[in-house]
Amino acid sequence: MQIVRALLTRLATTLVTLLGAAIIVFVVIRVVPGNPIAMMLPPGATEADIERLKTLYGLDKSIPEQFWIWIVNVVQGDFGTSITLRQPVFDLVIGRLPATLELSLMALLIAVLIGGTAALTATLYRDTKIEGGIDVAGGVALSLPDFLWGLALILVLGVLWPLFHISGRVSPSLGFDFQSNFFLLEALLRFRFDVVFDLLGHMLLPAFALAIPLAAIILQLLKQSLKECMHDDYITLARTKGYSETSIITRDALPNAILPTLTLIGVQFTFLIGGTVIIERLFSYEGLGNMAIDAVINRDLPLIQGIVLVFALLFTLVNLLVDMTYAALNPRLRHA
Amino acid sequence: MSYLSIQDLSVRLRNGLPLLRKVSLDVKAGEVRALVGESGAGKSMIGKAVLGILPRAVRLTGGKILLDGEDLLALPPKTRRQRIGAKAALIPQDPLTALNPSRRIGPQITDRLVDILGWKRPEAEARALELLEEVHIQSPGRVMKSYPHELSGGMRQRILIASAFAAEPKLIIADEPTTALDVTVQKQILKLIREMQERHQTALLFVTHDLGVVSKISQSLSVLYAGKVIEDTDVRAFFDAPRHAYSKALLAATPKYTDPDGSLMPVPDNIIAAVEREVAAFDAQMNE
Ligand SMILES: Nc1ncnc2c1ncn2[C@@H]1O[C@H](COP(=O)(O)OP(=O)(O)OP(=O)(O)O)[C@@H](O)[C@H]1O
Ligand SMILES: [Mg+2]
Repeated sequence: MQIVRALLTRLATTLVTLLGAAIIVFVVIRVVPGNPIAMMLPPGATEADIERLKTLYGLDKSIPEQFWIWIVNVVQGDFGTSITLRQPVFDLVIGRLPATLELSLMALLIAVLIGGTAALTATLYRDTKIEGGIDVAGGVALSLPDFLWGLALILVLGVLWPLFHISGRVSPSLGFDFQSNFFLLEALLRFRFDVVFDLLGHMLLPAFALAIPLAAIILQLLKQSLKECMHDDYITLARTKGYSETSIITRDALPNAILPTLTLIGVQFTFLIGGTVIIERLFSYEGLGNMAIDAVINRDLPLIQGIVLVFALLFTLVNLLVDMTYAALNPRLRHA
Repeated sequence: MSYLSIQDLSVRLRNGLPLLRKVSLDVKAGEVRALVGESGAGKSMIGKAVLGILPRAVRLTGGKILLDGEDLLALPPKTRRQRIGAKAALIPQDPLTALNPSRRIGPQITDRLVDILGWKRPEAEARALELLEEVHIQSPGRVMKSYPHELSGGMRQRILIASAFAAEPKLIIADEPTTALDVTVQKQILKLIREMQERHQTALLFVTHDLGVVSKISQSLSVLYAGKVIEDTDVRAFFDAPRHAYSKALLAATPKYTDPDGSLMPVPDNIIAAVEREVAAFDAQMNE
């Protein structure tokens, strides 16, 4: 009963959030200057041409009316047609979403691995020069935002030592016939490690750019929680049982220290997804964020709306996932 | 034959301030020794030194700790850790914080058996069930699957006692194991520790500042003042006629059972001054 109610509440808040995001974007992109019709028509088009196109795209109606039409269609699964690309918005967004998902999940994985390892190492060597060194590295990682890390990585690992590709998602010369848009996953499942290698060559730099600041944040919070746990009595008791410092940190301290970090990762991961917009642009990576920028430049209203809705959905999903993991990991909540 | 023999153990703060001053004490196999002294005397520090859990702020500057005839301090760290885990155990002071909140009870009892002593898991679990019954816990199967926060303080202390006896260690250090509990529970836990100690014939170093408890549980005792053992005797002799003036005052300060509400006399100033002089003289001699 309780679970059902919790789920319903959750669903309701999710819907309200999505609706709110949709309304805000819908209104904002219509009141800012610039309109899609002007962009589509050649110079010298007549007033009549403009009116005709406006009617065609339903832009002659009032904003509330437009919104009502749009939302009714969305509920029926029709997200409209992109003005510039002349394809269904739904197909466009679904086509690009896997690229962005693969990139952000890869970035998250890198951030968790690096940040987590650094926090554990710093705890093991606490109050020594090693901890100091790790702290300094964390501070440096946080001193630049993700897109500047992107530029730095392009300059160093793309230009100075061209070890990585700095543009695109996959080398066209590979001629690999993808059946889905989850390129990396598909290449892995088909054991095409040459393709995997090429994909990683494209994906790692943007993923690292996104991951570096997050890794530093994970390092700082997790290290602090771990160090606090190390003073707890159950840690001392585990020591008397004969456990090594390493296994005490990973086995006894980590499960107790991880919850605050987990919550933080959830929040920060939504920021990271937001960060893909600029990073994808920087690396000409064919994801949702890159498409979003084009859509905004071209005032492609239906496409912008579709993309924003997907981003908002992603954010709420991430939050839901964090809450569920939190409940699963915390025995005190599990039995409450 | 002493199972635990501490010889001239010295522990200092990193800045050189002495916390333990050449402490020597023996616990014979199967014997209960009480360790008494006021707060800050260094009672817990002795236990921590034996179990290898000294805080980072202090260091061991001299002495020997023989466990079962083997000098722990001469062993490489890993061997020492495992030796302590196999032969000694701690019953901690606060049962509310000594169990890991995110792990179930079962693994917290069996972990030492499986990970350090190499038992098979089913055997370790059977052993844990047996021990939980021994410490009078009802439905031990359910308790094994519980998390610490689902259990009362008294239950958790019983679990910690069971866990301490799991590997059949021949030395147990109990650091004020009842002070964090309700008065009614205190008596039961004390009785349980004595019962377990007798059944398993374990040497027990029992840290307390309650002389009333000492007479009930132990055969011998060491009185500690400012990290220095000022009296080491058997319990009968101590209660009949303590040798040191400080011990006498300590005994006088303890309410009698016959008169539990009797006024508690503080240790007189002149006696504190005398024992302080003794400690200072000892330090001066050390620094020569
Ligand atoms: N982590 C630590 N860092 C520095 N000094 C400490 C630390 N722990 C204890 N001490 C000091 O060591 C001395 C002995 O402390 P200890 O805990 O052994 O006293 P105790 O006899 O057990 O007292 P109590 O009856 O209050 O438990 C005290 O002066 C205390 O201030
Ligand atoms: Mg103490």
